[in-house]
Amino acid sequence: MHSRPRAADGMVAPVLSLRGIVKTFPGVRALAGVQLDLFPGQVTALIGENGAGKSTIVKVLTGIYQPDEGHILVDGAQTHFPTAQAAGQAGVTAIHQETVLFDEMSVAENIFIGHAPRNRFGLIDRKAMQDRAASILHSIGADLNPAVKLRDLSIASRHLVAIARALSIDARVVIMDEPTAALSHKEIGELYELVEKLKAQGKAILFISHKFDEIFRIADRWTVFRDGQFVGEGLMTEVTEADLVRLMVGRSVDQIYPKRPAQIGQPALTVAGYCHPTEFEDINFTLHAGEILGFYGLIGAGRSEVMQSLFGITKPSRGACRIGDDVRVIRSTAQAVEAGIVYVPEDRGRQGAVKGLPIYQNVTLPSLARTSRAGFLRLAEEFSLAREYTQRLDLRAASLDQDVALLSGGNQQKVVIAKWLATKPRVIILDEPTKGIDIGSKAAVHDFMSELAAQGLAVIMVSSEIPEVVGMSDRVIVMREGRIVAEYQGDEMTPENLVRAAVGINGAAT
Amino acid sequence: MTTATGRHIPDRLTSPASRALKSWEALLLIVAIAIFIVNSMASPYFLDPWNLSDASFNFTEKAMIAFAMAMLVISGEIDLSVGSIMALTSTVMGAAMTAGAGTPTLVALGLGTGLLCGAFNGLLVARFGLPSIVVTIGTMSLFRGISYIVLGDGAYTGYPAGFAWFGQGYVWWVITVELVIFALAALAFGILLHRTNFGRMVYAIGNNATAARFSGIRVDRIRFILFLLTGLMSGIAAICLTSRLGSTRPSIASGFELEVVTIVVLGGVSILGGSGSIIGVVLAALVMGLVTFGLGLLNVPGIVMSIIVGALLIAVIALPRLWSMLSRK
Amino acid sequence: MSILKSREAILALAILALLAVIASRFPAFVSPANLARVLTDTSPLILLALGQMAVILTKCIDLSVAANLALCGMIAALMNGAGVPLPMILLAVVLLGAMLGAVNGLLVWKLGIPSIVVTLGTMTIYRGTIFLLTNGAWINAHQMSAGFKDFPRTVIAGLPVMTWIALAIIGLVAILMGRTPLGRAFYAVGGNAHAAVYTGISVGRTQFAAFVLAGALAGLTGYLWVARYAVAYVDIAGGFELDVVAACVIGGIAIAGGSGSVAGCVMGALFLGIIKNALPVVGISPFWQMAISGAAILIAIAFNATSQRAPGRIILKQAEHRT
Repeated sequence: MHSRPRAADGMVAPVLSLRGIVKTFPGVRALAGVQLDLFPGQVTALIGENGAGKSTIVKVLTGIYQPDEGHILVDGAQTHFPTAQAAGQAGVTAIHQETVLFDEMSVAENIFIGHAPRNRFGLIDRKAMQDRAASILHSIGADLNPAVKLRDLSIASRHLVAIARALSIDARVVIMDEPTAALSHKEIGELYELVEKLKAQGKAILFISHKFDEIFRIADRWTVFRDGQFVGEGLMTEVTEADLVRLMVGRSVDQIYPKRPAQIGQPALTVAGYCHPTEFEDINFTLHAGEILGFYGLIGAGRSEVMQSLFGITKPSRGACRIGDDVRVIRSTAQAVEAGIVYVPEDRGRQGAVKGLPIYQNVTLPSLARTSRAGFLRLAEEFSLAREYTQRLDLRAASLDQDVALLSGGNQQKVVIAKWLATKPRVIILDEPTKGIDIGSKAAVHDFMSELAAQGLAVIMVSSEIPEVVGMSDRVIVMREGRIVAEYQGDEMTPENLVRAAVGINGAAT
Repeated sequence: MTTATGRHIPDRLTSPASRALKSWEALLLIVAIAIFIVNSMASPYFLDPWNLSDASFNFTEKAMIAFAMAMLVISGEIDLSVGSIMALTSTVMGAAMTAGAGTPTLVALGLGTGLLCGAFNGLLVARFGLPSIVVTIGTMSLFRGISYIVLGDGAYTGYPAGFAWFGQGYVWWVITVELVIFALAALAFGILLHRTNFGRMVYAIGNNATAARFSGIRVDRIRFILFLLTGLMSGIAAICLTSRLGSTRPSIASGFELEVVTIVVLGGVSILGGSGSIIGVVLAALVMGLVTFGLGLLNVPGIVMSIIVGALLIAVIALPRLWSMLSRK
Repeated sequence: MSILKSREAILALAILALLAVIASRFPAFVSPANLARVLTDTSPLILLALGQMAVILTKCIDLSVAANLALCGMIAALMNGAGVPLPMILLAVVLLGAMLGAVNGLLVWKLGIPSIVVTLGTMTIYRGTIFLLTNGAWINAHQMSAGFKDFPRTVIAGLPVMTWIALAIIGLVAILMGRTPLGRAFYAVGGNAHAAVYTGISVGRTQFAAFVLAGALAGLTGYLWVARYAVAYVDIAGGFELDVVAACVIGGIAIAGGSGSVAGCVMGALFLGIIKNALPVVGISPFWQMAISGAAILIAIAFNATSQRAPGRIILKQAEHRT
């Protein structure tokens, strides 16, 4: 790992540096030797696509993950963060994407749990706690009553509480992971002021964001990760939006995608005016037989939520869909499967494979009506169905009787896909189908997706990986904040266009 | 092997038979046989067929409920109200008997009351999404409470002669009616759990209810049916117990829930859901029956047996965990 | 509307309404002297409910508290028979109760066995132990010393000692829950176990502490119960664990953990205590009590479940401002 040449103009030394950090999970190399420097009184923006390794680096910095290789340097001295507390004691604090706090406790308690001020009897000094909470909240311009319970607060206010908690620990490094994701325009303005205050206090800030406007507004330095690799860093004043987008998505789509030209047929699924009170609004699109329709957007743009309502997990508040010739609203997953819509979820561990059951039972679970006779199981039929579809997906397993929990992520994904194909669906929705799986399985999934479309199946692929979206889709819909904001096909389907629409550059969305 | 299709995967590596040999159930069988031998050596009265037949009452009623409870626990739920369902069922039958109902009506009412109680639990858990532990702690009080309202410190006695058949009758030689019901229930639940789509879905729900729902399974409907079945079996058990005792008091079948849950857990059903078998429950019922009978022959009082039951319940779960904790170190 | 959002306020209104209904026909029931009697009579339930509250806050349940009470009560009576002085007896029952609670807690913490299974088992073991100790014999009033029996009944400043003890424990538990790191840990562990770990709180150790607290309170109550009713035998307080859980659930202690207040818990116990004491007054058989507490549990959990339904993910900007 080469060291970046240091300017000789008396520039301050980094308070915290990472060098050559490697973190591997079964089947995935989340971080492949990355570096990062955080300087006192400066905001460093960490930029990268979903899956670039940003969340992993935050967990390494806060002592939740231990890196497999590499060094953490605080003030130039090598150190370790074996626990969350150790990171806290070293002055590193993070404001997390999903605010992990306690609903039933007051704002002040949430800020001070674990380090509450005590009175001379050793009891928690509520008055002091409230006063200090109030003053911290005041210092960040948050007009919250420290005595109210967290459950009564809006998402934005909870976020401010999380920030206040981070500040209540005397931090030297503050990590802000998508801090503006849930904030209104006014609140974002206040957050910027807060960041300026923290800078003035000499704190080093790691600012993780997808939004280019805010990065250019408040960051001093940038670092870009791609696929767990460090791709570059520098000063914000010496870089343009276009440069950053190019670094984020890579020079070209270098992987070969096995997308075959397919005959686009009749509409298989038409979604009209789907709305949900809090998750998405006015979703309209048509999916054709033989088509692979990509859904791109940032994490939390509402793509999975739309798909899950199409699959009957949640009920839309308005709207209907036409499947073939039937117009209907899907009210349960059983109805969705009957109508020929199936969904391969993103959260494989919780929603995908039924761990604890063998492979063949997973595959036949939604097809039991076909493999059984009068409600009684017929194991021979089950094994033959399971064998047929797992072989088509090139599953690697010791036997069909093996517990799916023992398979790798990629092979579990194949079991889930096999399960759905065995139902002979009309529409298959794949939500982040290759997230966190190894290269070999990835290629098999892509190959198979292409084959399915060629056979006339209508495919929706939700993906946050740009090369995959561009490489596999016939057409791409981009969502942002619960709405469809753009649709591209053919030559317009470029990485730059997708990223711009997803992050809201160029007025693609407000 | 062509490139278009994947490599061949064998169906099974271990045969079901070799798996069965290493199972919890095999261990239970050995334990049952061992207790049987010890008992027959400890007491000359043990091997008498009539004594054994009498002793079977120790477990038949509880085991009937345990089969349904096993499926409920495998699906990740629990029903602590079964003893109270029996009390209410018995009370309803007693009231009807007092009003002059004949045996067929009593049986119909018994089954109906059990089903209704099960439906009530099922509705609260499956339809309204309330946690089954608290719901059934609530209905445990409610159902038995209704019996207390009706009966106070009184009792119903004087069931018709025909009604005695269920709890006191013999089908053939020493084979009691209850034993036959027990065997039929074991067979029916064994088939339902291990040989039908329904049983497969129960395992799927118990292993991962979310993934089961994402696989198009109507999870709530299956949960409801399981509560219904547990209510029904409690109703049948209440018919047998009432018939055997010939009377109904509001305290009837109190503490049954503990013994039923113990049989289920002893039978190798995971209390966290997802695994277990009916054969294990059958064996556990036999083991419990044999232990109770053996201790009875040694004149050990009932409450001491309940200590053993309680200790068994904890030990059966604790020992494997302790073992794996120690062996990891 | 905001007052209706508070479970405690609704419960207080329900209690007042209950008292008003009873008073409309039996005014004597709401005389201060009678209300004090109700409070005294409810003290054991309050004490056990406070311990149970800590356990439920950490997402567990303790069904063994009544058996613990009975065992400790019997030990107290036996020690009294052996001539042990009262302060020693008090110390012993609290320690023994805490130990019995610790057994539950250890099994839950170290072996990860679901608390319902553990306490269902220890419930029978603890009660069975009483039989082993006494062979089923009763210890009656004439076998107890006067000092042993009189202590809970001694009236100080208008209230019996037992009531004062209950009031003191309410105060102590309120301080524990609200003002100490352990108390807050009970809430944290049940409210968000994941986040609790990140704030340096051990889930298992906290659950263990809750069981010890519940056990210690059950032990203390064991003495008070036996002394007040002047009798000890295997089946005292049989089924009382259900009343205790009922008091907590009615008091708004969420069975999913992490939510509930000392005030709610005490009011939940008082609600049941008032019903129990009012039934004979209004001429309803006391046999109604069990069904009423069962129905009250069901109503309370249904009510808590509807008021605590988790909101979905909020993605749409305007939806956030609507809420």
